Amino acid sequence: MFRKRLPPEEERRVKANDREYNEKFEYASNYIMTSKYNIITFLPVNLFEQFQEVANTYFLFLLILQLIPQISSLSCYTTIVPLALVLSITAVKDAMDDYFRHKSDNHVNNRQSQVLIRGLLQSEKWMNVRVGDIIKLENNQFVAADLLLLSSSEPHGLCYIETAELDGETNMKVRQSVSVTSELGDNLSSFDGEVVCEPPNNKLDRFCGTLYWREKKYPLTNQNMLLRGCVLRNTEACYGLVIFAGPDTKLMQNSGCTKFKRTSIDRLMNTLVLWIFGFLVCMGTILAVGNAVWEREVGSLFQSYLPWEPPVNNFLFNAFLSFWSYIIILNTVVPISLYVSVEVIRLGHSYFINWDQQMFCSQCNTAAEARTTTLNEELGQVEYIFSDKTGTLTQNIMSFNKCSISGQTYGEITDPLGPQPKSLDFTPFNPLADLDFCFYDDALLESVKVGDKHTHEFFRLLSLCHTVMSEEKSEGELVYKAQSPDEGALVTAARNFGFVFRSRTPGTISTTEMGRPVTYTLLAILDFNNIRKRMSVIVRNPEGRIRLYCKGADTVLLERLHPCNQELMNITSDHLNEYAADGLRTLALAYRDLSEDQWESWSESHRSADKATDFREDLLSAVYEQIEQDMMLLGATAIEDKLQEGVPETIAVLSLANIKIWVLTGDKQETAVNIGYSCKMLTDTTEVFIISGHTVQSVRQELRTAREKMIQLSQTTDGGKEPGMEGWGEPYLSGNGLNEGQEGRGEKQMEGSLPPSSSCVMDNISGEFALVINGHSLAHALEGDMETEFVLTACACKAVICCRVTPLQKAQVVELIKKHKKAVTLAVGDGANDVSMIKSAHIGVGISGQEGIQAVLASDFSFSQFRFLQRLLLVHGRWSYLRMCRFLCYFFYKNFAFTMVHFWFGFFCGFSAQTVYDQHFITLFNIVYTSLPVLAMGIFDQDVPDRRSLEYPKLYEPGQLNLLFNKKEFFICITQGIYTSVVLFFVPYAVLSDATQSNGVPLADYQTFAITTATALVIVVSVQIALDTGFWTVINHVCVWGSLCSYFSIMFVLQSQGLFRSFPSQLNFVGCARSTLLQPIVWFTIALATAICVVPVLAFRFLKLDLKPQLSDTVRYTQLVRQKKRKPAGRNVGGPWRGAGSVSESRLGARGGSRRSGYAFAHQEGFGELITSGKNMRLSSLALTSFASRHSSSWIDTLRRKKHTHGHTPASASGECSPAPSCVSGSVPPLSNSCSVLGGSQDMPLEEEAGTAPAQNTLSAPAPSKETTSASEQEPDSAEAHTE
Amino acid sequence: MVKAKAKPGPLARRPDNSAFKQQRLPAWSPMLTAHTVLPFFYILALICLLLGVWLLLTVQSTQEMKLFYTEAKTCAECFEKRENVSLAAEECRCTVTFLIEKAFKGDVFFYYGLKNFHQNLRRYMDSRDDGQMVGRKSNLKNPSLYCSPFSQDQNGLPVAPCGAVANSIFNDSFTFTYHKSASQNIPVPLLRNGITWYTDKNIKFRNPRMGNLTLDQVFEGTTHPPYWQKPVNELDPDDPTNNGFINDDLIVWMREAAFPNFKKLYGVLCRDNKPFTKGLPAGNYSIEITYNFPAQRFQGRKQVVLTTLTWFGGQNHFLPIAYLVTSGLVLLTAVVLTVVWFKFGKGGQNMVE
Repeated sequence: MFRKRLPPEEERRVKANDREYNEKFEYASNYIMTSKYNIITFLPVNLFEQFQEVANTYFLFLLILQLIPQISSLSCYTTIVPLALVLSITAVKDAMDDYFRHKSDNHVNNRQSQVLIRGLLQSEKWMNVRVGDIIKLENNQFVAADLLLLSSSEPHGLCYIETAELDGETNMKVRQSVSVTSELGDNLSSFDGEVVCEPPNNKLDRFCGTLYWREKKYPLTNQNMLLRGCVLRNTEACYGLVIFAGPDTKLMQNSGCTKFKRTSIDRLMNTLVLWIFGFLVCMGTILAVGNAVWEREVGSLFQSYLPWEPPVNNFLFNAFLSFWSYIIILNTVVPISLYVSVEVIRLGHSYFINWDQQMFCSQCNTAAEARTTTLNEELGQVEYIFSDKTGTLTQNIMSFNKCSISGQTYGEITDPLGPQPKSLDFTPFNPLADLDFCFYDDALLESVKVGDKHTHEFFRLLSLCHTVMSEEKSEGELVYKAQSPDEGALVTAARNFGFVFRSRTPGTISTTEMGRPVTYTLLAILDFNNIRKRMSVIVRNPEGRIRLYCKGADTVLLERLHPCNQELMNITSDHLNEYAADGLRTLALAYRDLSEDQWESWSESHRSADKATDFREDLLSAVYEQIEQDMMLLGATAIEDKLQEGVPETIAVLSLANIKIWVLTGDKQETAVNIGYSCKMLTDTTEVFIISGHTVQSVRQELRTAREKMIQLSQTTDGGKEPGMEGWGEPYLSGNGLNEGQEGRGEKQMEGSLPPSSSCVMDNISGEFALVINGHSLAHALEGDMETEFVLTACACKAVICCRVTPLQKAQVVELIKKHKKAVTLAVGDGANDVSMIKSAHIGVGISGQEGIQAVLASDFSFSQFRFLQRLLLVHGRWSYLRMCRFLCYFFYKNFAFTMVHFWFGFFCGFSAQTVYDQHFITLFNIVYTSLPVLAMGIFDQDVPDRRSLEYPKLYEPGQLNLLFNKKEFFICITQGIYTSVVLFFVPYAVLSDATQSNGVPLADYQTFAITTATALVIVVSVQIALDTGFWTVINHVCVWGSLCSYFSIMFVLQSQGLFRSFPSQLNFVGCARSTLLQPIVWFTIALATAICVVPVLAFRFLKLDLKPQLSDTVRYTQLVRQKKRKPAGRNVGGPWRGAGSVSESRLGARGGSRRSGYAFAHQEGFGELITSGKNMRLSSLALTSFASRHSSSWIDTLRRKKHTHGHTPASASGECSPAPSCVSGSVPPLSNSCSVLGGSQDMPLEEEAGTAPAQNTLSAPAPSKETTSASEQEPDSAEAHTE
Repeated sequence: MVKAKAKPGPLARRPDNSAFKQQRLPAWSPMLTAHTVLPFFYILALICLLLGVWLLLTVQSTQEMKLFYTEAKTCAECFEKRENVSLAAEECRCTVTFLIEKAFKGDVFFYYGLKNFHQNLRRYMDSRDDGQMVGRKSNLKNPSLYCSPFSQDQNGLPVAPCGAVANSIFNDSFTFTYHKSASQNIPVPLLRNGITWYTDKNIKFRNPRMGNLTLDQVFEGTTHPPYWQKPVNELDPDDPTNNGFINDDLIVWMREAAFPNFKKLYGVLCRDNKPFTKGLPAGNYSIEITYNFPAQRFQGRKQVVLTTLTWFGGQNHFLPIAYLVTSGLVLLTAVVLTVVWFKFGKGGQNMVE
């Protein structure tokens, strides 16, 4: 698969400690450069880049034309000034951006790392690290390059890393060195092994290579690699051999190039500019032909008064010159100020986003930020949202929410409308309680206090049956380190209810039960895996009784209960259903008493199964199955994967706005689906299709089946309205049927015939469908010809969830939709694993949450709560789009009206490229006279107030359908512009050509005509902007009236006597305004022209409004009526639209039967073995010390610290579980399932970063299950060793 | 409370709650409802109608007479003569007679008109030096490049005034005579000054500063434009305020017309003496034309226009008619809109649904 890559490097050979050998291959050094320019190259490169813009080149070309005196009908300053302005503003912006890139590059390149050179550890800058060097890493250091782990300070060559920067997974991962090298310890200076491995690639989860050392081969896998961007955790030090450096590292290979994003309006504008250029050429040609004819017929006779240009004495040459002259004159149809104005408007919108108080999160003191200021209007056109799950939809906080103990449910908050119930205070009862834990139902506490047997057993199970590690730095200061937040939550719950898990050894578990220390002997851990969906421990209590405790998914656990549990099981089942309907993750708990004999015989069979070499897994699980029978049900727990505030509501509103939401997560399928339910993307009426095939064939098959089913279902619901569908479904079945051999042919048929028809069929499908696809299936679905198939199926679904996806796949999915759907995509995420997605989507939104700020840095917009997305899109995006479209329509209209007058004048002035207006008017028209009103409209206009656009999400649709500014609208605008230009030219022409002033002086002189037309133009476009402006703020008034005033005052100033004396040739209009504008006939002309221009527009608008009102018009109208009535009764008017919202609201509350178990999330396979082997026991002690005295070497942390410098108010650390704890920064770890894990953290000296970083250790998105297989090779069943 | 910026606590970065920043500025959001649009249309139609009628009545009270003389009667001979370049210097006069049936009341304005003469060509219009004509000495001696090829003569002498515009000045002159009876011929007195814009005469056109020098001395070292018979300083030797660059005829000519058919003011009837105190009486008139301007070269036509004025200028039928037509169209639109609004828009019910 790597051979496919074309670059010359086919395999990489690296010899340790041998720079000379490695230099032969000229591998990239560890120097990283993300900046684009340096001081010398800046100007040429930047200018080169800028002139790649069509518009800039076009204006440069015009400028050159204007420098030719024979052609120049306008002086060149009309182009030079704006062009220079545009170029320099852009250059300054680019320079600033690049400066910051330089700074961060420098920072990274100059980080120190310890390199083993000639047996000595030397400090080297990162950029000087070479492939083949051996470097030493210390705890909490960033990994400098992709390293092969050679040895570690930990036993067995283990080391722990955090890969959040790389893939966003916040749990720790274990890496292990090859045993031969780990034995070397620190003595690596003589190590001269050679690694032969694959060339650089971007696959984060795989590596294959071979280590040759002392004539032996050792296979290398990803398990042996430390990738750049990871952070070493809980490991004192380790040594690694640099395999890939700098740009070759997987991190850099994955980062992708930063693409300059432009909006669809930008692209449309560029197309239109090209069209307009074509239009210009046409106009120029027409006029040049006219000129040729005129010169031949008339001009030649006129030569005695005006001889032709000397060089070539013929009319054709004259026509040629006239062509270029007209190009110059008419170029104002696309003035440079268009581009400047667009940027200004976008900047204004960005500021409004930054200023929006309603997108300010007070918990984390973060306001929304528009980091890219050029994408605003695209926010109003989003059709697909790709969302990360962890940290974006959820807070990544698990809280023990409810439980059911022997048929009694606890934790129900009876009156949701009543006063916020107080969180229970555990401290008087239990000094070891975690202060962050909150639970509201004191019945449970009572039950514990009374000593209810079942309740005690319930919490005893929770305190024993898990793989959590604990650390106790000082008495009572417990820190749990759970592999998954779920487990942490459960153990913490038990802790608070008096069953405190205190410590463990490979063979014992020490707890404090109701204040009494108890030590259990741990006999076996029956570990979790995906198929079993449960875990058990077998313990011997101090009295010597052996008991098996089991917790697991209810589906599997309830089957294995003793029959006598039937009644309890029914009650508990009901409870489980209730919990599941609330979107909680459920677990069922059970125990079984074992006799000594049972245990003996079982442990015997267990041992033999464990020693088996073939099918060990299967044998083990069969053995486990044996003993996990006839269990007694204890109860069930319900854990809430806390969603961020307002997520379901936001998703509901966004989907009402016709935005499709896809969740792309690295999490497991179960987790993802569960979240899908809890945030109401999936409901019980939704038909969920799960694609989890492992081969192309099976994925294809699954996709097709799904599609067929969709068609069937929608047919049944539609009552067979579309008979055509059947015809489509049939060939699928036959072509794709059982005969695999014909697959290829059938496929081709389909490729050829289906997509056009099927895609339209699929578009029409209605129904609640959802697609869940797994990472490995997705990999196939993204391959070549499967793409269309996948898109077809996925886009027919209301919701799509992709789980277990890699960062790159996230980007691929986004690209796929971009490619096939021509829709605007938005990606939202918070972690480093979302960066690629954020970068490749049209709009990237970063949630400035807990997983570092990489996502934010790569994003275009950032804020701290997912729910702000609705405001960003429905309010700001919608407004931006509306404003931008109105702006563009008006702008093109205005400039056509302005410019086309020259065209008509051409027919009267012998096509000689004489302008109608004064040159200064031409220069100032777009910059001064008409810029501010349209800018004010473009920045401040609102059709409906923000509240309404949230109330009626349907208002968002015009943006998605691109209704407000498209080619049709553009043509309407320019038609209107041309009409106006006709009126503006011919009315004054007809009036003035025969008119005189009241003192007899004729009015038909050129200057009077110019002033009349110009004044009429300014007035007409001002009236037009007045009509277009829908929201007259003070600023709009000032701008419109101010512009009119400025026109008259500037005109009078420029035509004043004093200025004329200084520049007689340039300002030869002296006195013209006075003598013209004092004439009543001029004003009658202007009034007439204005009326003729405005009346049709007004009539059409009125008709459109009257006959085909848009939703926004109606909303606006009702608003208006309401304002007039000033009665609250008007509120009902919005009923019909509101209804749409409330329908889904009401459904949200419905309780359905699909029960979803949470067990799958709670565990990671293999940790049981790690625990029983005792291998990782050191981890804990080390972890603690590192907790207290963490020094962040992370530049990202530094940045983050800057961001949070103000965030240090100690938020209430105890009790109060704020609605959005995810935002709490400062002293309460924002990442934390702080309720459960960092309970004792109050006493801890919290350093600045402690708030953000440490908690990451304890959290884990479930990691790939093969994580610890290395450990299992070593001592598979030390559990038994201890028991014996 | 030293500064607003020093907000403490978790809200330190909260954006200001100002109406501007929160986009809550009080605003007026007008809407094109039937209640505003339809009355507006009717009122507009009414206003246009009234204006049109009023203007029409005003225009009706003016009188105008146009007389083409390019090849009329005796002028045909001169026309032929001017066609021949070799005879260009030769003087030629001709006479045209005409009848005024109804007396012209009030001030009467005399214009000469040209058809098909393009004063609005770009290069023609550029071919002048305003710096020279405002009296800058440097420009007098070194006319602007735009004036070429009329900036210097063969000998390298600068042309004053330079450029194609000045060179092509209309140089016919007219003498009007009123034939009160067969024997009584009364010359019609014309005021030949005060026919320019005030600003042109007093600001835009200035003779070079003279000091002690006479006008002739100032213009020494320059030559007249090739088509001129006399130098600029001899345009009106009698009146120093009408000589040189500030000659009214020159100024009038230099104000280029916007369209190829134009008229320019030649003079105003002097109403000091009888029988012209009330304007031009009805009767026979004749014009003696000093025929200099060669119209045949550009296939142009020359005319004389006599007109009386009202407060808004000379006779101009377009404007009132345009107003009346507009009024009619607006009314029609208004009616159609009303019907549509009533029939199809259900009286605005579309909005409420």
